Amino acid sequence: MADSALQEMKTGWTKVLQALEAFGDMALFCGQVLATVPKKLPPGTFIPICYRVGVQSVPVVALTGLFIGMVLAVQAHAQFQALGLATQLGHIINVSVVRELGPVLAATMLAGRVGSAIAAELGTMKVTEQIDALTCLGMDPIHYLALPRFLACVLLIPTLTILANFMGVIGGSLICTWIYHIDPYHYWQNARGHISLWDLTTGLIKPLFFGGAIALIACQRGFHSRAGAEGVGKAATSAFVLSFISILVLDFFLGLFLNNLHRFLWPSFTVRAFGPE
Amino acid sequence: MSGDKPWLRLEKVSLTLAGHRVLHNISLDIPRGQTLAIIGESGCGKTVLLKTLIALMQPSEGKVLFDGRDMNDLPPDLLQKQRLRIGFLFQGAALFDSMTVFENIAFGLAAHGRHSEEEIRARVAQRLQEVGLNSAVLEKKPAELSGGMRKRIGLARALILNPEVMLYDEPTTGLDPIMTDVINQLILQTRKAHPVTSIVVTHEMKTVHRVADRVVLLHPLARLKSLEPQILFDGTPAELEACPDERVGQFIRGEARERLIELAMQENGES
Repeated sequence: MADSALQEMKTGWTKVLQALEAFGDMALFCGQVLATVPKKLPPGTFIPICYRVGVQSVPVVALTGLFIGMVLAVQAHAQFQALGLATQLGHIINVSVVRELGPVLAATMLAGRVGSAIAAELGTMKVTEQIDALTCLGMDPIHYLALPRFLACVLLIPTLTILANFMGVIGGSLICTWIYHIDPYHYWQNARGHISLWDLTTGLIKPLFFGGAIALIACQRGFHSRAGAEGVGKAATSAFVLSFISILVLDFFLGLFLNNLHRFLWPSFTVRAFGPE
Repeated sequence: MSGDKPWLRLEKVSLTLAGHRVLHNISLDIPRGQTLAIIGESGCGKTVLLKTLIALMQPSEGKVLFDGRDMNDLPPDLLQKQRLRIGFLFQGAALFDSMTVFENIAFGLAAHGRHSEEEIRARVAQRLQEVGLNSAVLEKKPAELSGGMRKRIGLARALILNPEVMLYDEPTTGLDPIMTDVINQLILQTRKAHPVTSIVVTHEMKTVHRVADRVVLLHPLARLKSLEPQILFDGTPAELEACPDERVGQFIRGEARERLIELAMQENGES
């Protein structure tokens, strides 16, 4: 009995140590990538990655945004109609899309599309010794491989979020005005008065962090991929899972921080989604 | 032996990977211009030893000295310069699969130094000719090439920066006998054309006899008696046959003998 309890404690302690080690590895890797940011980008690396991260993600992000807006309209319409507030739908759809759903769901899609691809690509390079070959040819693999991917994600994921937000607003308006026959004039009149510059700003600050987290996690998973097809597969899966969790955690803490920042900067205004009326 | 000055030196190098000791107390002096073959069973640490020489892996204990400098005690910029003096042909060639053959071979030149486009093209063409390939392959991607061609392009890429030391990790593994002979010939040609020190990790005794001045046989640590050195043999290929150690003879003749029983016992133990 005492032996099994001791064994369980040992197993638990080993798991804690492994978690701490993994956290330390991640922190060290993030530090190494951020230390390369002031350096000049390796020639010929940035544009192809921007194309893959940005241009090739446009259709999937546009579709995601469009359907977020459409689903919101369908779900909210019945409740708002019952209260006689159907013309207010534009307000709730647009605020929800711009402040929360657009950034979070676009980042989630990109964690799946871009993050997994980065982890799989770097993982394959690791197991086929291409990363070692880069080192032997006098390159710093973190500078050569991770920095362009990090910068591409940080710069382009907010840009793609703008697209997702735009498509979400369009999707919501299409359903409300075409399917539910809400008068477009009243729909847009109510919608436009309720999105502040602060809403737009917070909706774009968050994706900067989401983009950074997706790139750092994906690169770290790729660089630490284990050998074989299974190792690369696990690297890609864990890149997505960790990125998704990071997006949700970051969203919560950034939401709290930005709301408090708003209260601090403009005490006389309230933040609608979380603040008191 | 081609010289007496230790050009590359391993001093009591030990290395542990994921809790398992792979190298233990290895000391080797490799003079300039020598071609050293490192042989031994799979898993004895040959590739790990090769990677410690270029500081891709750091020893847990001991020093790796190249031209009098400890490779693991250098600031990053100096380590990078030291690495550029060493060429590495990887087992699977490790060509960058997103790049063409031309971009692969030219990579080192394009990344370091100020070379004109014409100069880079001329150097790439020269190296490609040296490894017996024509310019028709330059625009192909590595995935379109055979194993032998990939190895030869890997060699051209490693040689483009005129290294003083060439490391070959199982250069002939997985190739047909003709291509094996082509690669052996290329190792000899490289040595003739450029004054390089070569270290060849291989299983092929034919390669050892064809290219090496000196042979070192490593043994897996798990199968050594305590206090026994990990290097079972260090001498010329001619002396290899006369080595009194039964394990050396067994390896060079490719005889499994009691290993079959050991492996069967291991399998039974696992199941």
